[in-house]
Amino acid sequence: MNILRALFQTTLGRKYLMAGSGLILFGFVVGHMVGNLQIFLGPAVLNRYAHFLQSLGELLWVVRLVLLAMVGLHIGAAILLTLENRRARPLAYEGGGAYGASLASRTMIYTGLIIAAFVVYHLLHFTVRAPVDLTPHDLATMKTTLDGKEVHDVYRMVVVGFQQPLVAAFYIVAVSLLSFHLGHGVAAMFQSLGLRNRAWNPAIQRFGQVASWALAIGYVSIPLAVWLGLVK
Amino acid sequence: MKVRLKIWRQPNAAAPGRFETYDTPDLNPNMSFLEMLDVVNEDLTARGQEPVAFDHDCREGICGTCSLVINGKPHGPHRGVATCQTYMRSFKDGDTIVVEPFRARPFPVIKDLIVSRKAFDKIMQAGGFISVRTGAAPDANSLPVPKPAADEAMDAAACIGCGACVAACKNASAMLFVSAKVSQFALLPQGQPERERRVLRMVQAMDEAGFGACTVTGSCEAVCPKNISLDFIARLNREYARALLKGG
Repeated sequence: MNILRALFQTTLGRKYLMAGSGLILFGFVVGHMVGNLQIFLGPAVLNRYAHFLQSLGELLWVVRLVLLAMVGLHIGAAILLTLENRRARPLAYEGGGAYGASLASRTMIYTGLIIAAFVVYHLLHFTVRAPVDLTPHDLATMKTTLDGKEVHDVYRMVVVGFQQPLVAAFYIVAVSLLSFHLGHGVAAMFQSLGLRNRAWNPAIQRFGQVASWALAIGYVSIPLAVWLGLVK
Repeated sequence: MKVRLKIWRQPNAAAPGRFETYDTPDLNPNMSFLEMLDVVNEDLTARGQEPVAFDHDCREGICGTCSLVINGKPHGPHRGVATCQTYMRSFKDGDTIVVEPFRARPFPVIKDLIVSRKAFDKIMQAGGFISVRTGAAPDANSLPVPKPAADEAMDAAACIGCGACVAACKNASAMLFVSAKVSQFALLPQGQPERERRVLRMVQAMDEAGFGACTVTGSCEAVCPKNISLDFIARLNREYARALLKGG
């Protein structure tokens, strides 16, 4: 059987796509969090890191396009699978259902779509620097000098952005849902790729829980620090 | 003891169904759930009403014929048993019990609580077998099988094909069933000649029947009367990828 056709047309193939794209996106959110946490090392460190990423040029666009493709695959496969799955159960049970299934596992499509909506907003906010953050400040004009060069003042953009309670609240809700999504998703990713057996399953479950909690704490710490005035 | 039953009644596949409520006659708490239905049916027959149609055969938990979703859980409240080994002492006097057929598009209702599980037969026909030259019985141990592989193959082969995994899954996915059937052969030397073809064809038959995909919710494992592990689904995912990479 043609591998590409199997990947896109069979239930197992689509789950490979979900898990594979999920793995790359998981890698991205881990890396992004580690990068963001440099905010606690002061403006110079964060701005130098941001400038380094911006100066990657074509390479930056390769990374962006790969990530965009992964988001497209992940969401596309999720929607197709969800529609198929609903068709397979035409009538719901009167006595309840989905016995033994965790809330996270039953709501992946919803948490996922909310996260996707947040990602669009987040990109408009900090990457496009569109006026979507309810502040009178213009993020696009925030510059600072670093080693004699004029660069974007990412540090101030973050502080000003998160000083808006609504913006920070949306951020906290979205990263909490991301953590919830991954609380099921990380372990399920190993399962869908066939990388699980009796010996490894306990470690995989623990890794999923630890990773999703670590992401929640890492991401939420930034708006919290801005609110508490620890980062200003 | 007496209970009130809210049972799905449907005259045939084409007609619409609905719930009917019945108060049972006096029951012995040590009756199995199926024996309770027998008593209810005798009572219905005596009153000139149509008895409730339900599937049953061996009534000792090994044939996989009985089904039923009892209060939202296939095979009733316990883990690791089928409906035939669920006893009325697991319920309280005066309880209302909702009894429904397995719900899945590939399992259409034939009548009342009976569904057609032909889709499973089609999956088995697609690859759930080995082709061997029969003849005189071979010498014992002429084909070495490591003990862990034999144990795992036996765990997979414990699947009785009842379909509770499909009934419980929010996606009506047949992955646990197919994974058990693929694994029991993939683990043994006799299953090797058709190893790739088997998994490709069985997955194809599963998809064609209209079963959903696996979301790894674990509902199937939780309701399986034979405690088939989710680990077998990982093995199926591995076997399928292997078969695709080898070109089938």
